[in-house]
Amino acid sequence: MFDGRAPGLSSGAVHPGREAVEQVFRQERGRILATLIRILGDIDLGEEALAAALEAALAQWPGEGTPANPRAWLIRTARNKAVDQIRRRALLDEKRAEMESEAALDREGGDEIDDEVAVRDDQLRLIFTCCHPALAVEAQVALTLRTLCGLETEEIARAFLVPAPTMAQRLVRAKGKIREARIPYRVPDAEDLPERLDAVLAVVYLVFNEGYAASSGAELIRRDLCAEAIRLARLLVELLPGESEARALLALMLLTDARRAARVDAAGEMVLLEDQDRSRWDRGAIQEGLALVEAALRAGPPGAYALQAAIAGVHARAARAEETDWREIAALYGVLRVANPSGVVALNHAAAVAMAEGPAAGLRLMDALAAEGSLAGYHLLPAARADLLRRLGRLPEAAAAYREALSLVGNDTDRRFLERRLAQVSPARA
Amino acid sequence: MQYMLLIYDNEAEMLGRRTGSTDVMMAEYREFTDSILKSGNLKAGDALQPTSTATCVRIRNGKTLTTDGPFAETKEQLGGYYLIEAKDLDEATKIAARVPSAKSGTVEVRPVRVFAG
Repeated sequence: MFDGRAPGLSSGAVHPGREAVEQVFRQERGRILATLIRILGDIDLGEEALAAALEAALAQWPGEGTPANPRAWLIRTARNKAVDQIRRRALLDEKRAEMESEAALDREGGDEIDDEVAVRDDQLRLIFTCCHPALAVEAQVALTLRTLCGLETEEIARAFLVPAPTMAQRLVRAKGKIREARIPYRVPDAEDLPERLDAVLAVVYLVFNEGYAASSGAELIRRDLCAEAIRLARLLVELLPGESEARALLALMLLTDARRAARVDAAGEMVLLEDQDRSRWDRGAIQEGLALVEAALRAGPPGAYALQAAIAGVHARAARAEETDWREIAALYGVLRVANPSGVVALNHAAAVAMAEGPAAGLRLMDALAAEGSLAGYHLLPAARADLLRRLGRLPEAAAAYREALSLVGNDTDRRFLERRLAQVSPARA
Repeated sequence: MQYMLLIYDNEAEMLGRRTGSTDVMMAEYREFTDSILKSGNLKAGDALQPTSTATCVRIRNGKTLTTDGPFAETKEQLGGYYLIEAKDLDEATKIAARVPSAKSGTVEVRPVRVFAG
């Protein structure tokens, strides 16, 4: 039944080398895998079939030429390999369920394979399955990076600073639950869509923040995480054009990522927003981000991502730090505090008020926040208080707050920054 | 595909409730059970006597040990179950969310294992 030539090789086809085959494969991998998972109803089966199809392509394309439609060829080949596999297994243990899925496979025509829309819908289905609320958030993130972004298990493990066997176990468990509890491959109904999309966007933003949080070590992989998060958001915007929060999240990430080059100095030290060399900001990303924010804000009452993107947009528009419209930012944070009450948002609101109305006004809000205790253990609260106390000239209190922040800080870049500031506010030693 | 809905609730609170609110809950359960019977999702379901009636049995070193009380002391106790038919986890969790005790306690959704052959 399986004939590698089935989809037809174009006459006078190019005869690609191994690298060219692998390049096509890399480009198409995500789309093909999503379709295979839908057809086969199982992530593991999809991954195995995809690997088998790559092997077949490497064996045939260099000699026989690249097929006219490489994606369709790969999907058809992978599907046929999976049917062989299922038949073999079915002969061994006569599993009813597998016979059923084989019957389903036989019903699958070949037409939908070439259909661009069907392929995109498959990716959307897969995103909602990977980010299903019945899976733990860490598992949602890992599955999304593995199946939709094509990251290797070891890469995901390194990015999240988890031992590789732990990450592998996490993926096995999640895939097992999808299979055994029958988590569906389906785009949620309209009534469930807002809540389910929130979960998807949260995973995408988590991936981005994990990549953006400057920390020593695996920095290159972490940069990849930002790129993957942006790629996923682009995909969501394309697939769900009516969802303004998806658009807003893409804007937020583009505007934040635009500052990447200016965030760290030549010595690898963190540079605060106000001290950044704004000529090093990525203008293209800013332009795209600003246009997306405007579209998201025009779409109706702004959600949490639209407000955050609007704030990032105000920063991006200021050619110099002194030109930042802090009143606008404080007002946006005020709305965000209502839409999305959290200690971190309240802290940012207080910091913006300090910039708009002076350090004393900001300090009052931060002291209230410290008394309320929701941010206990979070180093940025004492760090921000320390900064305002420093600006107010209350240096001994500032030093105490820097010391408190240092006792809580986890990452080295922030630690070095706080140590420098502590030295500045401490009386010089004789 | 079959799912077991295991209903956990705070037994002490349930027993402490006034008769009126117990009647309301009973009526809600009757209504819910009727609705999943009509929709064809119901396979089986029962309420259990409280954990004060529970007995645990274990065999250790060949000897049968019988002890008073439930398997584990927890804040919420198993108080009943439904066995339902649903096409996937989404349908099962939607039904679970309609179990009256979901508002006060927890409904655990467990797929029923199918053994081949």
